[in-house]
Amino acid sequence: MTDIRSSGEMVGQGIAEPGFSDFVQLLKPRVMSLVVFTALAGMIAAPVHLPPVAFFTAILFIALGAGASGALNMWWDADIDALMKRTARRPIPAGMIAPGEALGFGMALSVGSVIMLWLATNWVAAALLAFTIFFYVVVYSMGLKRLTPQNIVIGGAAGAFPPMVGWAAMTGSVSLEAFLMFALIFMWTPPHFWALALFMKEDYSNAGVPMLTVTHGRKSTRRHILVYTVLMVPVSLALAFTPVGGPVYLTAAVVMNAGFVWGAWRIVMRDEGMAEADRYKVEKKVFSFSLLYLFVLFGAILVEAGLHSFGYGAL
Amino acid sequence: MALRAEHEIYRRRFSRNLGVGVVLGAFVLLSFLLTVEKVTHGDPMHAIQGKGAVNPDGTPIVPQPLVKDSN
Repeated sequence: MTDIRSSGEMVGQGIAEPGFSDFVQLLKPRVMSLVVFTALAGMIAAPVHLPPVAFFTAILFIALGAGASGALNMWWDADIDALMKRTARRPIPAGMIAPGEALGFGMALSVGSVIMLWLATNWVAAALLAFTIFFYVVVYSMGLKRLTPQNIVIGGAAGAFPPMVGWAAMTGSVSLEAFLMFALIFMWTPPHFWALALFMKEDYSNAGVPMLTVTHGRKSTRRHILVYTVLMVPVSLALAFTPVGGPVYLTAAVVMNAGFVWGAWRIVMRDEGMAEADRYKVEKKVFSFSLLYLFVLFGAILVEAGLHSFGYGAL
Repeated sequence: MALRAEHEIYRRRFSRNLGVGVVLGAFVLLSFLLTVEKVTHGDPMHAIQGKGAVNPDGTPIVPQPLVKDSN
């Protein structure tokens, strides 16, 4: 039975009247901003141009497609989101939006985004966007996340697709440059999330999510961070020698990789006692640095695109 | 001061309705602009009939003489 409290909250279903901002929160706006940035880099680095409205429509619906997959992820993960401090205030566990409403919103937005991207650009980009949504919701959220500690490794592909979708929106195909941009984010995701898992340890174990920290221990996670960071280095450097790279990108990649590897090395040299003594200072720094790393490298790709249009750049 | 303070539930509902209205308006405008752009720049959809007609590649169409029916 449903009753309405004086606060407007519906007792029984536990759902209050959602405002517009609750639906915006459902789209994971911070993740969307990263998607917009990396997809934009893929689009601007591409060797062809789109008319301005088609360009804007493409970037808008790539972002909304990513947001739709975020809404579907929140619908599926509402039970574990409620158990984790970091996610307990999301609209569904907070009781602002009913799960069914989030499902309908996410599905409608997914279909709409794919169709609009198709109409604005081409079917290759639309198919890639549809696959990205499918991969994030079905393969990662419904499949891997609660099953295997490798969830982040394979699931990271979902977050790596946007520059490839952006590239495909411009060119109608996928090339080596687009694949390397994908591979860069794919290799970056595990050390980024494992650094987070090191200092959010209670969250994942409370929710029963088999993060590497929970299943293999923290020492093993520290080693994994270093290994994946080292594996990421050649992928990020390889981009410098493709048509989207150049001296600016190469310089940025060398500096940022040195910083990331140094951070990962410091993480592996520490134990839990040291980390707890300074409240995971190094782990938090590496997590923040990893965000800067991606921003700088994709920013360098944008700079190179600008230089190329004036006839400079390229190695 | 108003006799009855507006309840938060109405404020939230108003924000949602306003948001949906703005989003739908923006979507209609975007669809219109995209259509105009596709017709005028994106696709080679030039008229191929009438005075001043051109081929999709921009070359003028030379009118062909009408062939009279031999019957």
